[in-house]
Amino acid sequence: MSASRLPNGGSDIDRARPLTFTFDGGRIEGFAGDTIASALLASGRAVVGRSFKYHRPRGIWGSGVEEPNALVDIERAGGRVPNARATTEPAKDGIVVRSVNATPTALADRNAVLDRFARFLPAAFYYKTFMWPDWHLFEPRIRAMAGLGVVDRNWKPRQMADQINHHCDVLVVGAGPAGLAAAAGAAAAGHSVALVDDSTRPGGSLRHRAGDVDSVEGMAWVDAMVAKLKSEGQLVLSDTTAFGLYDHNLVALNQRHRDGRPDTLWRVRPRRIVLATGAIERPVPFANNDLPGILSADAALAYLRRHGVLVGQQIVVATNNDSAYEAATALAAAGASVTVVDCRRDCGAQAGAGIRVLAGRTVVAARGRNAVRGVLLDDGTNLAADCVLVSGGWTPTVHLFSQAKGKLAWSDDLAAFVPGEAVDGIGVAGAVAGTVSLSETLASGAAALGPFGSSSTPVAHSTGAEATLGVVGLWPKPKAKGRVWIDYQSDVTAKDVELAARENFVSVEHLKRYTTLGMATDQGKTSNLNGLALLADVTGRGIAEVGTTTYRPPFTPVPFASLAGARRGSMHAPVRRLPLEASHRAASGVFQEYGGWLRPAYYGSGDAEAAIQDGVRRARQSVALFDGSTLGKIEVIGPRAADFVDFIYYNTMSTLKPGHCRYGFMLSENGVVFDDGVLVRLDEHRFIVSCSSSHVAAVHARLEEWRQDRFGRDAVYIHNATAQYATLTVSGPNARGLVEALDLGATLDDASLPHMAVAAGRFAGDEVRITRVSFTGDRSYEISIRADRAEALWTRMQQEGCAFDAVLLGLESLMILRAEKGYIVIGKDTDGNTMPHDLGVAGPRTKRTGEFVGRRSLFIEAADDGNRNQLVGLAVREGEAPLATGAHGVEKSGGPLRSIGFVTSSYRSPILGRPVALALIERGAARHGETIDVQHLGVVRQATIVAPCAFDPEGKRLHA
Amino acid sequence: MQLFPCPFCGPREESEFHYGGEAGNLRPDGNDVTAERWAGYLHMRDNPKGPTREIWMHLTCGEFFAMSRDSVNHKVSGSSALGETEHGA
Repeated sequence: MSASRLPNGGSDIDRARPLTFTFDGGRIEGFAGDTIASALLASGRAVVGRSFKYHRPRGIWGSGVEEPNALVDIERAGGRVPNARATTEPAKDGIVVRSVNATPTALADRNAVLDRFARFLPAAFYYKTFMWPDWHLFEPRIRAMAGLGVVDRNWKPRQMADQINHHCDVLVVGAGPAGLAAAAGAAAAGHSVALVDDSTRPGGSLRHRAGDVDSVEGMAWVDAMVAKLKSEGQLVLSDTTAFGLYDHNLVALNQRHRDGRPDTLWRVRPRRIVLATGAIERPVPFANNDLPGILSADAALAYLRRHGVLVGQQIVVATNNDSAYEAATALAAAGASVTVVDCRRDCGAQAGAGIRVLAGRTVVAARGRNAVRGVLLDDGTNLAADCVLVSGGWTPTVHLFSQAKGKLAWSDDLAAFVPGEAVDGIGVAGAVAGTVSLSETLASGAAALGPFGSSSTPVAHSTGAEATLGVVGLWPKPKAKGRVWIDYQSDVTAKDVELAARENFVSVEHLKRYTTLGMATDQGKTSNLNGLALLADVTGRGIAEVGTTTYRPPFTPVPFASLAGARRGSMHAPVRRLPLEASHRAASGVFQEYGGWLRPAYYGSGDAEAAIQDGVRRARQSVALFDGSTLGKIEVIGPRAADFVDFIYYNTMSTLKPGHCRYGFMLSENGVVFDDGVLVRLDEHRFIVSCSSSHVAAVHARLEEWRQDRFGRDAVYIHNATAQYATLTVSGPNARGLVEALDLGATLDDASLPHMAVAAGRFAGDEVRITRVSFTGDRSYEISIRADRAEALWTRMQQEGCAFDAVLLGLESLMILRAEKGYIVIGKDTDGNTMPHDLGVAGPRTKRTGEFVGRRSLFIEAADDGNRNQLVGLAVREGEAPLATGAHGVEKSGGPLRSIGFVTSSYRSPILGRPVALALIERGAARHGETIDVQHLGVVRQATIVAPCAFDPEGKRLHA
Repeated sequence: MQLFPCPFCGPREESEFHYGGEAGNLRPDGNDVTAERWAGYLHMRDNPKGPTREIWMHLTCGEFFAMSRDSVNHKVSGSSALGETEHGA
């Protein structure tokens, strides 16, 4: 290949602004306005990459998003971009460009030897070859050899990517003649328009193909239309790819910036979408059609007219349609010797001056090693060539239409699938709709607007020569000699497609997965139709019958940074934070996430286990302070509030006296324990549901569901006040003394405020609620106060606590305290089968007569099964370590070893001086005293089933 | 991303909603409900292909409502607050 820069011409480049960059270590010169591909071509580089599987040398094939070969890694300020298409990336001064999948360079790749073994490496060879002894033995090496670009592991985003939601009347995708005609029509009809195009400049085919519109040269018309739209305040975006079309006409756009900013994601919700996405030229099937120097005829024309690059001196054009003749004529005029090999017998009339046309002939093979040297025709003629241009017809870019669930229709005239029956809210225009002539294309743009068009506005029309196509089928044939490449990027040949059909992968979806046809980063933009045409031939079906694979977003790769936007790092899944977080941090609190909340796990800078054990010991000896603000506080208010809580809870709650609280379960309708907690009754019609910290949202939704479904808006009102209050807990033998010192103005003697009662108090002018409930087994007071006034109370509690040797208690210590008492955590000590009677709370099941959530399920057959897992404690022998949480109780009685339940919580108890554990064990309630085997990671230990409560079983300390 | 018409807030994106089940799955009360009837209420769903009526919760306002939707083409034909007549989307 001897491509070169011409002394003149090139609408995109600015010869006054030269630039240099490196490619595989070599210096490349170009001009502002070059793409990396055009600069590489201009410098005469034929080999720019290596193929994915066989490491075949590959050259530039296309001039846009369809490019299958020229993938490169680009190093520039801001980091490395892997697998960029050289055809769409602008050349920039100083960037470092590397070919992918090639070591050390694309030209001298040391894995090139693989291609000699290609015969032994057909489609799916590794499924068949690397089965013994284990695929995973081979996988790492194969993966390492078959790779593309290299990800920059040290990449750090410099700033977060913007994400923009946009609404408009009409979104036009594609700013070629059809799209511009549509945008102009919609704007003229008074609609707001967004016109987007994935190229650097609008214009589409007019950027490099001749055409006059309304008596003006094509690009002059384009520039005038764009300027007019912009002056009217319409949105026109270049470098912006509409990559996905989703339900209810949501279109996702990715906008690239050329100033180093991360890409911007747009979510556009138009009332009407016009798809003017154009068409992509197909390769021509012949042996060795992947050699560098063989490229799309349309791309050659684009490089000539946009970049002033002549792709070769001695050019053969292989075609089955009229569109290649404009390229042939232009290249001949630029000084190349051009021979057209046209498979149609009747075609010569179009050839321009100085072009030789061989009608009715086809190319059967190309010659050359690292670059094409010539072609062999079907009549045995050899033609020398340093460049072969191919045009196998045009494939409409129907991706977005198909993503909108639009059905495709096969067109024999176009030898392609085109959009079939219209989809609501979507119009198609231009080449994607199968138009050929410029007049037809412009008219289709206006027509695609449907009700958003204007009948009074004149439609732009062509005033120059009209294009024709006259395409005939030129598909890959079975049993062809040599290797005919179908999918360049996935290295799929015609033989691979035939092999798949022979092995009965005759569905197009199976063909795709078996051969990887169309599965590479280009998603088969150039290859799919040739592949399924061959499959149709081999299996004796029509192409329409074979159909296409499913088109899925994204149309082209989208950076994760763009999709993520602000949702990165700590913003990826934001945690909820305590109002007193700063105070806890000042007190050396070590934070962890618990059910979405960031909470102190323990306090202190030393050994975690020691700090946790110390917290437990001191909490039992004197008094502990604990921030329980995350506990749910959902208010239930209204004339039927008592009926409502009776229905919601497993336990009867309406008998609760105002000023008191009661512990209870909520069940799911299938009878399984969903949450537990304390219900506070403030007065006749006002309750506070205190639920588990991580269940607040779910409990709230459930309360709303039953309220709206069964009780009505006038009867009950529900308000989730969780975040509005901080709840600070004082627990331990000295709890009352400490709370008295706080001077809250409430009477704290046990007659006035017994266990499970609530009192009102004041702190620094704010109302506080003092609730005597306990999750430690010791006398406890939960003090709830406005979250924004909690800090002063917390500070005061710590000051007064000094006299009592008060300890700040993290959640890890609390978990031990509650486990010693056999107090459960729903979802940890219960699972998706646990019913309340499995936890030893059978009373309401047998006694309650009223209706409540889950009631009927408590009487199904399975609920009475004698082998249910039940909550127990497990004790281990003197001096042994704690059991592993999650370890299974196992039993071997006659049959194979089987699980009889599992350990749910297990800790070392500093007060008892031995481990404590809770478990769900088959028939556990009736087996206290039995010793069972507990297995963990292959080690079997013995444990004795005991009551869940290991500490103060009489509950004296609650009142001490 | 589907747009759902909350009867209280207007059209919002589907990520703001939580599916509440097929409409018309009435809860049978009482302990004398047969096991078959109760199992039907708990587990048996029509899962229709085509027009459906569903209950959804709009998480941001907390309201449950009924919505008519086509499970094939995802067209929404209307929604209504519980106990009220449907109006068009």
